[in-house]
Amino acid sequence: MVKTAVELCGIKLDNPVIPASGTFGFGYEFAEFYDINILGSISLKGSTKEARFGNPTPRIAECPAGLINSVGLQNPGIDEAVNKEYPLLAKVYKKPVIQNISGFSVEEFAYCAAKASESDMVGIIEVNVSCPNVHGGGAAFGTDPDRIYEVTRAVREVTSKPVFVKLSPNVTDIKIMAKACAAGGADGITLINTLSGMRIDLKTRKPVVKMKAGGYSGAGVFPIALKMVYDVYETVTLPIMGVGGITSARDVVEMMLAGATAVQIGTANLIDPYACKTIIEQLPSVMESYKIDDLSKIIGGAH
Amino acid sequence: MKKEIMTIISNERLTTGVYEMRLKGDVTAITAPGQFVNIALAGFSLRRPISVCDVGKDELTLVYKVVGRGTEYMSGLKKGFALDILVGLGNGYSVSKTSKKALVIGGGVGLPPLYLLTEKLFEAGKLVDVIMGFNTKSEIFYADKFRSLGANVTITTVDGSEGIKGFVTDAMTGADYDYFYACGPLPMLKAVEKNTFGKGQISLEERMGCGFGACLGCSIQTRNGAKRVCKDGPVFEKGEVIW
Repeated sequence: MVKTAVELCGIKLDNPVIPASGTFGFGYEFAEFYDINILGSISLKGSTKEARFGNPTPRIAECPAGLINSVGLQNPGIDEAVNKEYPLLAKVYKKPVIQNISGFSVEEFAYCAAKASESDMVGIIEVNVSCPNVHGGGAAFGTDPDRIYEVTRAVREVTSKPVFVKLSPNVTDIKIMAKACAAGGADGITLINTLSGMRIDLKTRKPVVKMKAGGYSGAGVFPIALKMVYDVYETVTLPIMGVGGITSARDVVEMMLAGATAVQIGTANLIDPYACKTIIEQLPSVMESYKIDDLSKIIGGAH
Repeated sequence: MKKEIMTIISNERLTTGVYEMRLKGDVTAITAPGQFVNIALAGFSLRRPISVCDVGKDELTLVYKVVGRGTEYMSGLKKGFALDILVGLGNGYSVSKTSKKALVIGGGVGLPPLYLLTEKLFEAGKLVDVIMGFNTKSEIFYADKFRSLGANVTITTVDGSEGIKGFVTDAMTGADYDYFYACGPLPMLKAVEKNTFGKGQISLEERMGCGFGACLGCSIQTRNGAKRVCKDGPVFEKGEVIW
């Protein structure tokens, strides 16, 4: 019997497979499809201090091996999330969750972290400094190491839960951003968020999504995410949640060999609502075929 | 919702660019007319959402228009080909809102989900008037099928080559219905809301990511807050959508 369990900042996960924020809502709707307690954890929809509708539609454009989204952090606001969404999730999910948070000021990030930390359901706070679809928020923080440091410190001060910072790939050197997270007191790093991208409709000769550009995700970004996880693993000693284009149990193993302690599955959930379940079910046999008896032992094994 | 592998029984052209695909498989996840399915196509990242036109025992009928590369690929698929389909998505129309007589209004490829609706209305003992809007005579499909259900069918064409010249609203003269149902292009739906008496339901279309409520790609503003066309819709009450 192979061991799929991993430990993330003192939290034991039955397996390293976690649906990524923004592709799984607040989780409970997926319980209609399968028992979501098989998941390692869930990264809940990125939430802000105030409720947001997000960007105008169209917000989606198809790409080879993925899609572009410009949702723009649509969420009910962190208070509503904690008060209304968490109880619905608590009925169908019994493990610690990850609350992804975002903001337009350092104070807003701190507010969201403090609010989410009030709930016993939250095991980890994931600070999204990398949303490409919101002007003045998200990525405006994630491309500046001083701002990353500032946000990380502010969140660190208001919560006793482990803090992960989710980084953007749209930077000249991801290693500088990772160091800023470490200096700010982060307990871990999630990477990568989506890559800045665009599609143009040949009939209208205009960008497909209303906001013109959006974030590209899906299988096509996997090698980019893998390389960034590999680089960050060599730069800081913090645990990493590797995310970007994972679609199979083999991809999970590859991402862990690059240095990820756990992985997040995003776009694959949108194409197949059973994607995480299938990957978790495939994991033991894939491990056996590569003679891996304990998944936690292969983390960073490619270095 | 159920994920099913369904096999094509037939896939035939009805009129220019409009095809009818019949599929075999488990359709028990379809619980209301106006729901849709989401079809995975080899070589395409996203599934294609198509409204359900009719259901039978272990059988599903879809009528779709070729509007891009995905639907063009679909139109070339042959009998016996198996497709990975998410079956029974969206809320669907409520037949029970009609007490005696319904007005059903469809524009172009907005008509297919209204076929199953009309069937269900008749099954529930209601009377149905149908207004079918097209650009021109050669685009007309399913008029006889609606008639054979027992519906009183009025056709409108923009160029006047068949039926009443003009838009569906030009055929909406009387008010002898107690509830209406509509599906079609956005300008038509807006005009229908203005020109109908009493209550009704409209079905929207939006570019979708997942089709089952996870990605928030198809959100719209309504008088009851943000709603997802794929999961909270595609059917909304008259007056609910903020245009």
